[in-house]
Amino acid sequence: MTERLVGLPVSSPLLTIAMVILVAALLLALVRIVRGPTIPDRVIALDLTASLVVGLLLLLGAVLQLLAIVDIAIVLALIAFLGTVAFASLIERRTRE
Amino acid sequence: MIALVTGLLAFSGALLMLIAAVGLLRMPDFYMRMQAAAKAGTLGILLIVAATGITLGSLSALLHAFLASLFFLLTTPIAAHLLGRAAYLSGIRPMVLEDELAGRYHPATHELRSNNAPAASTPGSDRIEETPA
Repeated sequence: MTERLVGLPVSSPLLTIAMVILVAALLLALVRIVRGPTIPDRVIALDLTASLVVGLLLLLGAVLQLLAIVDIAIVLALIAFLGTVAFASLIERRTRE
Repeated sequence: MIALVTGLLAFSGALLMLIAAVGLLRMPDFYMRMQAAAKAGTLGILLIVAATGITLGSLSALLHAFLASLFFLLTTPIAAHLLGRAAYLSGIRPMVLEDELAGRYHPATHELRSNNAPAASTPGSDRIEETPA
């Protein structure tokens, strides 16, 4: 299979606008992380932050025509999922004691 | 043409994730925040994955996009469910008039009781002493 590792960047204004919107959503999620009243609020905001960063990475890979960034995004999503599960079990176990 | 389609996919996905973030910021209750972030965030990331796969275009990129969307579709609801369960067990009450789950959920075995037994126990840590049905 012939596959370019690095190609010419795609200049689509909609992709750029989508990335700007994702950065705005990232800021809103960060506000919830800072002032979330309980720990689960912060954890769910961290989860959304991780998936926003994954979306940003995917759009960056689409703009730069880089397939390797998609791999990075998948690994980041896996780590974020494991972190969320670990936080959930931590909250549950700390309650039971 | 393909650029317009992928641009629209990415734009609507980013808009959905912005809606998820606004819901996370503005909803009054932890559970409402959780469902806003989980549902809108999942659909948004799926649309962005589809846009990236179609933009890159090769077979390998399409397979990557398919696997990534399958992964997101599996893991995001599981994470939200686990967090909701942990939050309920740690004593965060939903903002409802009557908590229908109070006294019917066994925190150790995760069993639900659906009979009309008197659910008189107060929510909190003392539900642990209850025996399952």
